[in-house]
Amino acid sequence: MTTITSTASAGAAGGAGTAAPAAADRSPLRRGLLRWLFVAPALAYMALFFGYPLIRNILMSFQHYTPKTYFTGEAPFNGLDNWRNVFANELFSDSLWHTALFTVGSLLGQFTIGLALAVFFSRRFRLSGFVRAILLLPWLVPMVVSAVVWRRILDQDHGMLNSALHAVGLVSQDGVPWLNSPSVALLSAVLVNIWIGIPFNMVILYGGLQEIPRELYEAASLDGSSAWRTFRSITLPMLRPVVTVVLVLGFMSTVKILDLILALTSGGPADSTQTLGTVTYQLSFLQLDFGQGAVVGNVLILISAVFAVLYLRANRADFGKGK
Amino acid sequence: MPSHPGRTRTRARAHIPVLAAALAASTAALGLTGCAAKPEPDTVTVLNSATDTAEHNANQRFLDRCGKPLGLRVEQISVPADQVASKALRMASSDSLTDILELDGSELPQFAQTEGLRPLKDIGVDTAGFSASATSLGSYDGTQYGIARSVNSLALIYNTDLLKKAGIEPPTTWAELKAAAKKLTGGSTYGMAFSASPNADGVYQFLPFFWSGGGDEAALDNGKGEAALQLWKDLVADGSASKSVVNWNQQDVNDQFVAGRAAMMINGPWQVPVLSAQKKVDWAVASIPVPEAGKDAVPPIGGTVMAVPKNGEDPVRERNAAKVLNCLNTEKNQLQWGESVNNVPTRAAAAQAYGLQNPKLAAFAELVTTARSRTAKVGTGWPVVGDALAGAFQSVLTGRTSPEQALHRAQQQASAGK
Repeated sequence: MTTITSTASAGAAGGAGTAAPAAADRSPLRRGLLRWLFVAPALAYMALFFGYPLIRNILMSFQHYTPKTYFTGEAPFNGLDNWRNVFANELFSDSLWHTALFTVGSLLGQFTIGLALAVFFSRRFRLSGFVRAILLLPWLVPMVVSAVVWRRILDQDHGMLNSALHAVGLVSQDGVPWLNSPSVALLSAVLVNIWIGIPFNMVILYGGLQEIPRELYEAASLDGSSAWRTFRSITLPMLRPVVTVVLVLGFMSTVKILDLILALTSGGPADSTQTLGTVTYQLSFLQLDFGQGAVVGNVLILISAVFAVLYLRANRADFGKGK
Repeated sequence: MPSHPGRTRTRARAHIPVLAAALAASTAALGLTGCAAKPEPDTVTVLNSATDTAEHNANQRFLDRCGKPLGLRVEQISVPADQVASKALRMASSDSLTDILELDGSELPQFAQTEGLRPLKDIGVDTAGFSASATSLGSYDGTQYGIARSVNSLALIYNTDLLKKAGIEPPTTWAELKAAAKKLTGGSTYGMAFSASPNADGVYQFLPFFWSGGGDEAALDNGKGEAALQLWKDLVADGSASKSVVNWNQQDVNDQFVAGRAAMMINGPWQVPVLSAQKKVDWAVASIPVPEAGKDAVPPIGGTVMAVPKNGEDPVRERNAAKVLNCLNTEKNQLQWGESVNNVPTRAAAAQAYGLQNPKLAAFAELVTTARSRTAKVGTGWPVVGDALAGAFQSVLTGRTSPEQALHRAQQQASAGK
C-alpha cells in the first residue's frame, strides 16, 4: 500500500525531474491528506444516505411528529412519551412475538429446503440446469404478485391447496382455514415466505458447494465414509462461511417483512399476523403518528444491528482460522 | 495484505441491510421531494388520485371546462389513492403544495388540524345548498375546509335471478336478511357477502350495521354496537357468508358476486362499471337492511373533498382555486360529474335530479341523505377508532371474543390512542 501512495503523490507532484527530495519533505502531511481524499467520497455517501436518516429516525422517536410538523416545521421533543406508548401497546408485544416466530420459521424452512436442493443439484444430471432455473422463479416474481396468487391458492372455499388436500382425503370438506383462522394464518404466511426464500438459499449454498475441493470427497470415499458422514464432516464445515452469510442476509430481509403480510392478510385475522413492519406502517402511515412509528423502526434497526455484529464476529473468526 | 480489503468489504456489506432498514423507515417521513419549480402564474394545480387514464381524462375535461373561461390552465398531479396524504405532506414540507388538494374525506381532519388549509368561506367558495352529510364530510371543528363534488355510500346489491328463483324480495330488516341469506345459500353460492378485512374496507362496510343499530364511534361500548357484531357473526356461523370475509376487501366481495358465488353483497357505486360490463349476473340495488322495520339506515358517506392549502406568498392563487371549485360545483357540473363516476352529487337539487335520471342507482341517492361522515364526531381520532373497530369485528368473527368483550376492548384501545 505504501508503494501505491508514494507513486500517486509523485504523480501528483507534476512529474518534475527533481521532485524526489521535495516529495520526501512534504510526504507525511500529503500522504495523510491524500488518504482522506480517497476515503472522502465513501464517507460523505455513508454520512448523507445512511448516517443522516439513521440519526433523524432516532431523533424522531423522541418527538411529537405529526402532519402538523410538515406544515410548520415544528416537532416538539416529548421525552420518552412515544416509547412508553409503544411499549404499553399490546399490539407491539404481540407483533414482536409474531416477528420472532415468522423469522425463525421462515429461516429454518428456507435454509433446510434450500440446502437439500443445493446438495441435490450439485450432482450433475440431465435437465438439472433447466430445473434449477425453474426453481428460481419465486425469486423473480414481485412479492406482491406472489402474495396475491397465494391468497387464491390458500382460499378456504375455492383454493387449490384445500381442493388438492381434500382430493387425497387429508382434510374434510370444510378445508383448512389457511388465512381465515388466527391460529393458522401466521403459519400460512411462514409457508409462503419459505417458498419465496428457497431460491435465494439454494443459489448461494449451491455456489458454496462448488467451492469445496473435489479431492476431499474422493478422499472420503476412499476411506469408506457414508453419505451422511461425508455431508456432516466435509460439506457442512466447508460450507460454514457461506451458511453464515445466507442466514444473516436471510434474517435481515425477513425480520422487516411488510409487503408480503400486507398483501396476504393485512395483518389479520384478529391481528394474528401483525409484525414489527406492519405496526410501523400502521403507526406512521395510517395513524400519521411518525414519532411512534419511528420507535418501532428503531427497535427493528436495533435487532438487525445485533445480528450484524454477530455476523461480523463469526466472519472474523473464520478469517482468523486462516481459511 | 489480502485480508484487509476483504474485511472492509464484508463490513460494508453487513451495514447496508441495517442501514437500509433505517432508510426505509425514515425516507418517507423525511420528505425527500425534488425541488419545487415556481408554478406558472395562470395555472391552478390539483393533487388527486385519478391515476386511471379514463378517470384522469374525464376529470381533465371538467377542469378545462372551468379553467378556460377564467383564463386558467388546470393541471392534475395524480398519485395512487393511498399515497395522496403522504405525498401532500412531503409537498407541504418543501413548500410546494398544489393549489387544490383532493383528499379522501376521512383524511381531511388530519390536514385541517395543521392549520395549513384555508377555510372555504374566507376565499369565497359557495358552500350553501349542499346536503348536510356532504358538508360534514368536508368540515373539521365546525369550519368547512373541503368541498365534495359527489359522494358514495354502501347499499345491498343483489342477484335478481337468484332472488326470483328463491321467491324472495330484497330483505329490509336484519331478521329478513338472515333468513334470506340462509335460503339463498346452496352449492357453491353463499347467500351474503361483505368485506370484514382488517383495514379501511372492512371498517367502511361494518359502519352501516354498527350505526343503524345505534352504535356510537365516540363510545364504542355504549351497549348498542354489539347487535351489529352479532349479526355478522350469525351470518358466518350459519354458513350464509363465507368464513373468508375476514380477508375480503370490497373488490374481492364484488369478484365473488360477479362469479355467482354470492347472491347478495354490500358494496358501493364504484363497482357499477364492473357490474355493468359483465353479462353473467343480473343485479339491482336495494337499501341497507335495518335492525327493525321503520328505522332509518345510517350508512357511512365516502368520497373525496377538495381543499385549498394556504398560500401566504400568493393569495391570488387561492382565489383562482376558489373560482375553479365554484365552477366544478355548479348544479349542472355536479350532476354530469356524478353520472360519469356513478357517485351521488352533493347539491340537494342535483342529487334529486340524479336519482330521477338513474333509477337503477336511486337507492344510493336515497341513502346518501341519511348517511354520516366517519370523522364528524371523532375528527382526527378516526384512524385509531377505525382500527379499534376492525379489531373488534375481526376477533368476533374468528371466535376469539364475544361482541361485548370485543367492543369493551376496542373502546380501551381507542381511548389509549388519544
